[in-house]
Amino acid sequence: MERVSYLMTDSPVLELRDVQKSFGSVVALRSGTISVDGGSIHALVGENGAGKSTLVKIVAGLYQRDAGVFRLRGEAVDFSSTAQSKAAGVAVIYQEPTLFPDLSVTENIFMGRQPTSRFGRIDRKAMRHEVERLFTRLGVLIDPDRPAEGLSIADQQVIEIAKAVSLDASLLIMDEPTAALSGIEVERLFTIARSLRDEGRALIFISHRFDEVFALCDTVTVMRDGAYIATSAIADTTVDAIVRQMVGREITELFPKQPAEIGEPLLEVEHLTSPGVFQDISFTVRAGEIVGLAGLVGAGRSEVARAVFGVDPYSAGTVKLKGKIVPSGRPTAAMRAGLALVPEDRRKQGLVVESGVGQNITLAIRRRLTKFGLLTQRAENRAAREWASRLEVKTHALDTVAATLSGGNQQKVVLAKWLATEPTVLIIDEPTRGIDVGTKSEVHRLLSELAGRGMGILMISSELPEVLGMADRVLVMREGRLTADIARAEATSENVMHAATHAPEHAR
Amino acid sequence: MTTTNIPVSAVSRTIGRLGRAREFGILLAIVLVVAAGTVKNPSFLFSSDGWRDLLLTPSILLLVAVGQAIVIITRNVDLSVGSVIGLTAYLTGRLFSDIPGIPIPLVVLIAVAAGAVLGLVNGALVAFGKVPAMVITLGTLYAYRGIGVVWAGSNRVNASDMPSSFLGLGTGQILTIPILTIVAVVVLGIAAWYLRNTRGGREFYAIGSDPAAAHLYGLRVTRRILTAFILSGALAGLAGVFYAARYGTVDSQAGTGWELQAVGAAVVGGVAIVGGVGTVWGAALGAVLLLTINRALPVLGIPDFWQQAVVGVLIIGAIVLDRVLAVRQKRRLIETRDQA
Repeated sequence: MERVSYLMTDSPVLELRDVQKSFGSVVALRSGTISVDGGSIHALVGENGAGKSTLVKIVAGLYQRDAGVFRLRGEAVDFSSTAQSKAAGVAVIYQEPTLFPDLSVTENIFMGRQPTSRFGRIDRKAMRHEVERLFTRLGVLIDPDRPAEGLSIADQQVIEIAKAVSLDASLLIMDEPTAALSGIEVERLFTIARSLRDEGRALIFISHRFDEVFALCDTVTVMRDGAYIATSAIADTTVDAIVRQMVGREITELFPKQPAEIGEPLLEVEHLTSPGVFQDISFTVRAGEIVGLAGLVGAGRSEVARAVFGVDPYSAGTVKLKGKIVPSGRPTAAMRAGLALVPEDRRKQGLVVESGVGQNITLAIRRRLTKFGLLTQRAENRAAREWASRLEVKTHALDTVAATLSGGNQQKVVLAKWLATEPTVLIIDEPTRGIDVGTKSEVHRLLSELAGRGMGILMISSELPEVLGMADRVLVMREGRLTADIARAEATSENVMHAATHAPEHAR
Repeated sequence: MTTTNIPVSAVSRTIGRLGRAREFGILLAIVLVVAAGTVKNPSFLFSSDGWRDLLLTPSILLLVAVGQAIVIITRNVDLSVGSVIGLTAYLTGRLFSDIPGIPIPLVVLIAVAAGAVLGLVNGALVAFGKVPAMVITLGTLYAYRGIGVVWAGSNRVNASDMPSSFLGLGTGQILTIPILTIVAVVVLGIAAWYLRNTRGGREFYAIGSDPAAAHLYGLRVTRRILTAFILSGALAGLAGVFYAARYGTVDSQAGTGWELQAVGAAVVGGVAIVGGVGTVWGAALGAVLLLTINRALPVLGIPDFWQQAVVGVLIIGAIVLDRVLAVRQKRRLIETRDQA
């Protein structure tokens, strides 16, 4: 402990060096490094899955690091709970505000550290007074006595900030605070952030919107694949330089798609619109084609997939499969027409984790396997065994409970389930999230093979190398709209990332 | 009082009124039921027995309902309280019969502590085992009852086994108000004060309102949940003492079915079953209403058969009312936001 002073200006408020964190065999953070000074706003950028959130959660005390240096104001710290990090002056504003809906705004701000008088009695007057002072200072016009229930996301975020300010936090981390805000609300947030900076606090601002990063921040740190890449002063860098650092790696032949004969259009989506979620989405998927759907988390990609499959309703537009209209809002009809959807969250939406592998595989074809309304174990096992072996699901028995499988094998089971329905078009959302590298390439080989046999595949992926390696054509979504349709030959990480992060008007 | 730049909207006041209206509504219902009973038979209220029963009968359930309300507010439930009452009531009787001359306060203390320990077991299983409270306490409901059956067998503690000074507590009155009622109301007052005015109390609401957020806030969720179950157990233990004092005879089946009455009282009293909302005052009034209705229906000439049904209708009605109010309030809150 060489330097233990708050006052030494050269000691950064937060310092992380080579911080590591893995979950089982999945490495979430390989080497997290960042150094944030007081009186500055530090941007943290990177693709989805680059490890930003893991880093934030370590600082917040939600996760404990496996290795590395973690200093706060020059002092080495170890947080085992959020309460500890809070007490040390760290406040985190998560992407989704976390308020207590039933309690008043005032209580939400002070929960757990209300001012008390004798006998531990909460001093409501003091609390109320403090809130009024806080709100006046931040220019907030929210009734402090109303419950948090029903507040807009923007207002909830403002309350989170008020909470952080009242904590007198020396380090404020904002994880994509602007994702749900309108232009005016963003401006208001920035004004508050700047005034906090001018008070000498340190702020970390995580955002995918580069215009905001350049408007607000002083320094930017780029992360990629769970590792630190570079830190530069905003004045010395450009959007292009940051994008290059974010994407960085060479696109290797890790994800080979075999060339396949592109046939007639199978899935035709026209002007699909769901107000507030996505607008005017039109695209086609042809036989033998893998269409990549890229974009940032929250761009509306999964929502489009769910709408096409009929899980969510849409207000306008049509979905046609082999020229026939697929009705809206009826997944069963979509399945019968030949659509299959492998969802993003396989544990929640794709698997019955308590059931055996065999039962999971045959789940979507039960109707076909039944005779006189009865489903025999034999019929089920026969169908399941075939698919399990074709996909090389590594399990000893078909009655192994799905929950005990590795992520990669779970994904194969979900795939097997949908392939058993023999679909003409497969929609697959984040096919390799949370899967180790070996299984990853197996999944890719499988997708390539399916396309080779004439299936049309729509692949949603946040991993650029995967999209670039696998897709014959890359569609890019940004904030509910399609912003680009790039052929395989022209697709580069730069132009895809650009389309995903920039409004179309400056896209060209 | 208010500063100019912070609008204290009509919404807050309306909501405040709604909150108060719930307790007020139950109070009104109690008055109506008592009035109806009294019109039919004046001794329902005006005889000294009638007056005493009116206050005394709900006192024991009131204690249990207060404990139950605290647990429900944290988004849990304690179904074991019926068996806790049975065990502690029998324990009370046995202490008096096995240790002649044992001081009454010591017996009360031991019974309450025993209830607290049983509550601690529930709380520990829920908080550390991460198993839903409904399942855990359903299990301990049977387990605790089983312990009681093994212990008591077919024995029972009779009034003659207990000192008359203790039994006197069960029937004694101060200024016509039964002693048990006074104790129950004092306990209620303390619990209400705690829930309203202390950090610990407010954290119960926070945890019930959004457990994940409570975790992110750094609240000591595990400790609070343990506390809630211990309080519920301790209050059930006190109720067990009351039970022994009031009824004089205790066997292994004492308190059977009380857990559901306690949950019913809390729900009728406006404690949201999903947690985060409600007051112990409401739960206490709910207990009074349920038991007063039970006593009034026979007076009004309504057959036994219907009495249970009426209670059921009341509980369902209360839940529907809660739902309707919640939906309406949510809509109103969103409307005012959009206007702003």
